[in-house]
Amino acid sequence: MSDATPTPTAAPERTQLPAQSPPVDPAETAVAGDKAASRGRLSWWRGENGDGAKRNLGLIGVLAALILVGAVTKPDLYDDPTWVWNNILAILQLASVVGVVTVGMTFVIIGGGIDLSVGAIVALAGVWCTTVATQSYGAAGMIFTAIVVGICVGLVNGVLISYGRLVPFIATLAMLVAARGLAASISNKQTQVSSSTFINDIAARKVLGIPILVYILGAVVVAGWILLNRTTFGRRTIAVGGNPEAARLAGINVRRHTMLLYALSGLCCGIAAIMLTSQATSAQAAMANLYELDAIAAAIIGGTLLSGGRGTIVGSLLGVIIFATITNLFAINGLSIEAQNMVKGGIIVAAVLVQQFQFKSFTRLLARNRLTTTT
Amino acid sequence: MTQHSRDLSRRRLLFGGAAVGAATLLTACTSNETPAASTQTKAAGDAAGNNAPGKKVVIGFSAPAADHGWMGAIHANAKAQAAAYSDVELKEVDGGTTSEAQRSTLGTLIAQKPDIIVVLPHDGKEVNAVALQAMQAGIPIVNLDRVFPDALASRLVIKGDNYGMGVSAGHFIGKQLKDKGVANPVIGEIAGLEIPLTVERSAGFAAALATYGFKVNNRRSAEFTSDSGQREAAQLLQALPKIDAIWNHDDDQGIGVLAAIKQANRSEFFMVGGAGSKLAIDAIKADNSVLKATVTYNPSMASSAISLARLIAQGRGLGDLTELQVPKELTLASETITKENASSYEKLGF
Repeated sequence: MSDATPTPTAAPERTQLPAQSPPVDPAETAVAGDKAASRGRLSWWRGENGDGAKRNLGLIGVLAALILVGAVTKPDLYDDPTWVWNNILAILQLASVVGVVTVGMTFVIIGGGIDLSVGAIVALAGVWCTTVATQSYGAAGMIFTAIVVGICVGLVNGVLISYGRLVPFIATLAMLVAARGLAASISNKQTQVSSSTFINDIAARKVLGIPILVYILGAVVVAGWILLNRTTFGRRTIAVGGNPEAARLAGINVRRHTMLLYALSGLCCGIAAIMLTSQATSAQAAMANLYELDAIAAAIIGGTLLSGGRGTIVGSLLGVIIFATITNLFAINGLSIEAQNMVKGGIIVAAVLVQQFQFKSFTRLLARNRLTTTT
Repeated sequence: MTQHSRDLSRRRLLFGGAAVGAATLLTACTSNETPAASTQTKAAGDAAGNNAPGKKVVIGFSAPAADHGWMGAIHANAKAQAAAYSDVELKEVDGGTTSEAQRSTLGTLIAQKPDIIVVLPHDGKEVNAVALQAMQAGIPIVNLDRVFPDALASRLVIKGDNYGMGVSAGHFIGKQLKDKGVANPVIGEIAGLEIPLTVERSAGFAAALATYGFKVNNRRSAEFTSDSGQREAAQLLQALPKIDAIWNHDDDQGIGVLAAIKQANRSEFFMVGGAGSKLAIDAIKADNSVLKATVTYNPSMASSAISLARLIAQGRGLGDLTELQVPKELTLASETITKENASSYEKLGF
């Protein structure tokens, strides 16, 4: 499927080693060595797996086109540079929560899975961290609770999928229902208002003219990028998603790695829960509605392959920003949400069509490479 | 290797300890003990003998699973009102999250043959058939808020006035702006989930505004949740650099709307809410935000529905009316809560 597949000669002896044992990680050598040899030094924004550069350029083109449409349809607003700057910040703030969720989702999808429960985890973490009891521990208690709840729910997903052998779709679908149910019963179906000024200020405050939420998004994206492209964990994620059997033969503990991916997604949801609670200064069981679909859609148009093994963090980020820009564009033009959703749907279909087309030529290329190496 | 494993075991111990600690802390954190959640009930002892205990009746109750404050208040009010009567036993069945779920649980409820059933359907059209079945089986139906299309499907309809709610909000905003002498005002609207009731509210709002020669400049629809309210309000504020008035359909999503307004540092306009939550009424009374009024769509109708269901089941009429039976239809007026009358509405806030 992907070039993450290690060379057959390296595999058998490596299987004996525990996956954790440094200094040589089999996946690292298999994947990175292979790539470094074939492609040389890679630029930061391509990710390191494949034809990300062209795709990301395409996304930036789409983004530029959307902004251009805005400028043409609302010249009176775009005349004012202060408004334009504020609008950029508004788009980034709109993208921030879904963006953080999407980073986690990108890892899960690259690792060959899917997480349908992210919206529900955000809601559960948000509700759990705004109960009267949690709020009595102050902002630190709320942040701690949201993050731990996120990780724990993610771990449950991970254990069910990797050790319970449930299909990710089913396991996380079950979690979607269950987590929302738990959130509804904890909150007693009420909207819980956050009285912590520290939490509420996260969304209200700016540092150096930029909202704190945007910094958080930036930090998560950078951390996600480093994790995916510069660590063993990231290389293993690509290997596991590309070909789990080959990854296992290469000595990667595929089950544990899969479990960790869902925990990572849960962690992102926990962070997102704090951000969303701060934005809305409250939380309820129905919040973050359909975020799973937003996150999956953003990852897909960002070039992440739904079957795993390929994807970039930068692409996903661009995907989220494109969706936020569409929402913004429709809002400033006073157009209905129905029309907005239709356009979003169209963009998803277009992106997947492009992806399929590119993927076909990509696999063809790969097949040719393999032929030349084996002969 | 031993060094390695000792390190590992210590790490595990530390991590395990932390995990156990976190778990205890977290389970303690699910508590939501608040000073006695308020519900809206009618105290026993007023209204010409209606409260005198009568024949013991079993009232069935089915409403969609509460996904936001208003629906939560509907459930709480129905329960509390039933508990206030010594002669009422309430059988609540899970209304679920879809019409299908509600139909099936209603079926089981009908089989238990209660004296009367109060139903707030997910969608009147989709639950109509089951209600009709109950009526044919001799169990009267009290139709709460979302109306069945078939008049035979209910004994009594008690509902809020969605169109009237929009009209009230439109008149308040129109009058305020007229009094201030604002020509061509910029008016924003943050609607709820696009279901029929939201469309009615918006129609009423537009109609009332039109009588002043005003119109809505930008309309966004949220989902009755505070996070969606924040999201849509932030975009609306971005679309309209200067605003004179905003109507937000729902006070629960209004928490998010107010947050967005604060985050954008805007205050050149005033806002009218919808539904009449406790928080909104408090804010209006305190007069320290852009929220100056809210138009009611009160979940107290669930309490009234239980009271009326009891009277119907006991074959009694309404105390102050001449008729011997409870009327067939009741539409609550949508009232406007402002700073002046906020204190008298405090007890109705949910």
